[in-house]
Amino acid sequence: MTALLIVVVAALLGVTVWQISKIFKLSKPVGEGDSPIANNKDNEKQGQLMLIFMILFYAFMFYCFYEYSRFYLPESASEHGHDYDQLMFITLGVIMTVQLITQALLHYFSYKYRGKQGKRALFYADNDKLEFIWTIIPVVVLAGLIIYGLFSWSEIMNPVKKEEARVIEIYAYQFNWKARYSGEDNTLGKANVRLIEGVNQLGVDENDPYAQDDVITRELHLPVDEPVIFKFRSQDVLHSAYFPFFRAQMNVVPGMVTQFSFTPSKTTKEMRNSDYMVDKVERINDIREEKNEVLEAEGKSTLDSYEFDYYLMCNKICGVSHYNMQMKVVVEPKEDFEEWMKEQQQFKEVIAQNN
Amino acid sequence: MSAVANVGNVELEKAAKEEAEHHKQPFILKYIFSTDHKMIAKQYLITGLVMGFIGIAMSLLIRLQLAWPEQSFWIFEVLLGKFQNDGVMSPNVYLALVTIHGTIMIFFVLTAGLSGTFSNLLIPLQIGARDMASGFMNMLSYWLFFLSSVIMLSSLFVESGPASSGWTVYPPLSALPEAISGSGMGMTLWLVSMAIFIASSLMGSLNYIVTVLNLRTEGMSMTRLPLTVWAFFVTAIIGVVSFPVLLSAALLLIMDRSFGTSFFLSDIYIQGEVLSHQGGSPVLYEHLFWFLGHPEVYIVLLPALGITSEIVATSARKPIFGYRAMVASILAIAFLSTVVWGHHMFVSGMNPFLGSVFTFTTLLIAIPSAVKAFNYITTLWKGNLQMNPAMLFSIGLVSTFISGGLTGIVLGDSTLDINVHDTYFVVAHFHLVMGIVGVYGFIAGVYHWFPKMFGRMMNKNLGYLHFWITAIGAYGVFFPMHFIGMAGLPRRYYTNTAFPYLDDLANVNVLISVFAFLTAAAQLFFIYNFIHSIFYGKKAVQNPWKANTLEWTAPVKHIHGNWPGELPKVYRWSYDYSKRNADDSDYIIPGQDFIPQNVPLRENEEELMH
Repeated sequence: MTALLIVVVAALLGVTVWQISKIFKLSKPVGEGDSPIANNKDNEKQGQLMLIFMILFYAFMFYCFYEYSRFYLPESASEHGHDYDQLMFITLGVIMTVQLITQALLHYFSYKYRGKQGKRALFYADNDKLEFIWTIIPVVVLAGLIIYGLFSWSEIMNPVKKEEARVIEIYAYQFNWKARYSGEDNTLGKANVRLIEGVNQLGVDENDPYAQDDVITRELHLPVDEPVIFKFRSQDVLHSAYFPFFRAQMNVVPGMVTQFSFTPSKTTKEMRNSDYMVDKVERINDIREEKNEVLEAEGKSTLDSYEFDYYLMCNKICGVSHYNMQMKVVVEPKEDFEEWMKEQQQFKEVIAQNN
Repeated sequence: MSAVANVGNVELEKAAKEEAEHHKQPFILKYIFSTDHKMIAKQYLITGLVMGFIGIAMSLLIRLQLAWPEQSFWIFEVLLGKFQNDGVMSPNVYLALVTIHGTIMIFFVLTAGLSGTFSNLLIPLQIGARDMASGFMNMLSYWLFFLSSVIMLSSLFVESGPASSGWTVYPPLSALPEAISGSGMGMTLWLVSMAIFIASSLMGSLNYIVTVLNLRTEGMSMTRLPLTVWAFFVTAIIGVVSFPVLLSAALLLIMDRSFGTSFFLSDIYIQGEVLSHQGGSPVLYEHLFWFLGHPEVYIVLLPALGITSEIVATSARKPIFGYRAMVASILAIAFLSTVVWGHHMFVSGMNPFLGSVFTFTTLLIAIPSAVKAFNYITTLWKGNLQMNPAMLFSIGLVSTFISGGLTGIVLGDSTLDINVHDTYFVVAHFHLVMGIVGVYGFIAGVYHWFPKMFGRMMNKNLGYLHFWITAIGAYGVFFPMHFIGMAGLPRRYYTNTAFPYLDDLANVNVLISVFAFLTAAAQLFFIYNFIHSIFYGKKAVQNPWKANTLEWTAPVKHIHGNWPGELPKVYRWSYDYSKRNADDSDYIIPGQDFIPQNVPLRENEEELMH
């Protein structure tokens, strides 16, 4: 890949230098025959270039799809995500079809109808039928996409199984995340930034009975196949909780509580062992080893080898360390989750310890 | 208003006669505080190009950091002063560059630069008016724009750094200097600059609207207006409707920042302290901002599309296909543009039901856009395409308009937006559909109307070179960007190295940056060509492109009042290219494939509905 890049860069630079040398020739004052307006020769040449450009453009698009479509995120780790991916692929199919047809027409016409002296253009100002057709086609196609999209949207935003869902608060601040589990009562205790004091960093109301069994953690652990309702709260500026592997995102807004829910359907382990991820991690570790050789030679500290974990990232500009505001997400079988949960301290214990 | 305008016109009528004989203006009135629309257009053009140069230079610094994160470059040492360390860019200045690059390109280059230049130049010349309805207000509009540019640039030099909360300047980040240092003095200057900018924009827009409505020459009915004028006219209306809302958002933000109000702030704990603000909502700001922010896209797009319509028809030697449909699309886009702003906020925490409504309106706007694209393609069909640089940029514009517009179908769908919101997919989308389209329209306009502005021609070979490198580079930069966006790469990240998962995207970022440098380098040909041609270009003839519109009936030498003697009368629409006579033996005017608008109908001519 890098070798290919270097070749491309070298080729482009070569073309540039060659063209620059031509420019100086071309930009010199010219004889009387040369007009600043396109003549037959120019039309011919530029028309042909349009055709060549079209071929290059199509080759580039195919190259991108061939080389880069492996970057598309792995199969969704949440239930609704499959629906999301399907809608995405249908939409991409539709727009690429339109793209390939219209760009071909545009560039081919530019080539085919390039000017020639003495040629007559067709005086063709209107055709209601034609215009009706290409108004109605987008209407129908878009109507299909809208209807599909809106059904998915209302399913994602208004999940039916609310009662059974586990309620977890995701708390954002410059520049990190915390999770607050609602505990056995499945109800979060009240909280407000005005109550932040000492170890009570999330401003949870110490007197609220619902708050006593809340559990605050630095990692987000989720039992697989159980629906979760996330409540988002921010203490300072806007953040956005972006879970790319779960096809989920919601802004975190100071002064209000926002919400998103999904059901994780793939454990971290399953994702690590998927063909996609095994390949991907291998590729990444190759890259990191290559870098390490350079770093070692320079006597700098080296990069660790990479193992996949789900993560939550901030996706709304929030300050200087915006680029590194992340939280590890672990999806695990229910037993493991409960074991992990037992090791965590409840809110009342934390407070008691520090009083 | 029209009475005032008429008085002005009578005076100009006199001036035009005097000018024809002898008339010398002092330098300061002619070149600096000029009220002549042609001079003001040039002032906008030069200011816009200078700002564009700065904005693009900033994007190169950004690309340098993104391709080779946290590496040392001498150019950073030279340019960034204390915002770098041994040539390594600091995260602070990265965010500042992203913010100011966006602000400059959107407002100063593609709003004021594009509309300001071509609305000023073309509205009076194409409708057959002596000047704008109010020359004085026009001058004021330019100088306020100049002032706001200076203030915006001066914010680059303040101690705590320029505004760095993204061009959307969402509070609380933009309201609290504790949250990011750029939200101190830098943000104050940003807001002041934008307030002045909006005043300038409103004065310009009101002037354009009044001029188009009141000062059309005899015979120039609305259905005979060139599509350029239609586009500028509707753009001005959108500006008048939406810019005041941004002003209100800016004023409320100023009050939150300086006077302790809580319009956008509530429940904030920062640096160990609880702020007293209570009850405001950042989401309110987002609504106000995007009520301008989205129409702003069309404020950029419509003039570019209007310019393209004119150039494509002239260069294809064919009437623009579906004139009425084109006008209807412009109006439909203008109307819909004010009811789609919520598609920027699907995951902002607003009610999901609103998301459904905005998805619906957003996908509706694809329909008039599609009609426009199809009409351009049909205009090329069976034409006799004259491949001048302006035409190449116009074809390129239609191409990027389609490529960029199509991905809007992904982003406008609330469901699909969830996972690509604020990723590089969005960056790719709006750069293609707004950035590149706007810039291509701007450049196409400059190539096409350069002879009208400066009385000389630009070098076409340099123009070809400029186009082809730019065309390759633009797609090279923005097409691969969609894929890294779909890989889940967020925008506005100083570096992606904090997430090893994203390591294998690094190569793509290098490729994109190389294309970006190539594209930027190609713009040097344009700058050279532009400056060189002003002084040494070939002398232009009166109507070099054999076009129908009225500006080409005015003499090459600029005079106050545009036409010596009487104003031209209009007898037809502006698209009678290659029209044949009734018995189909020859063109209407034998041997000439165009009929300027001031030529009366001929006997053997079939009359159209214009």
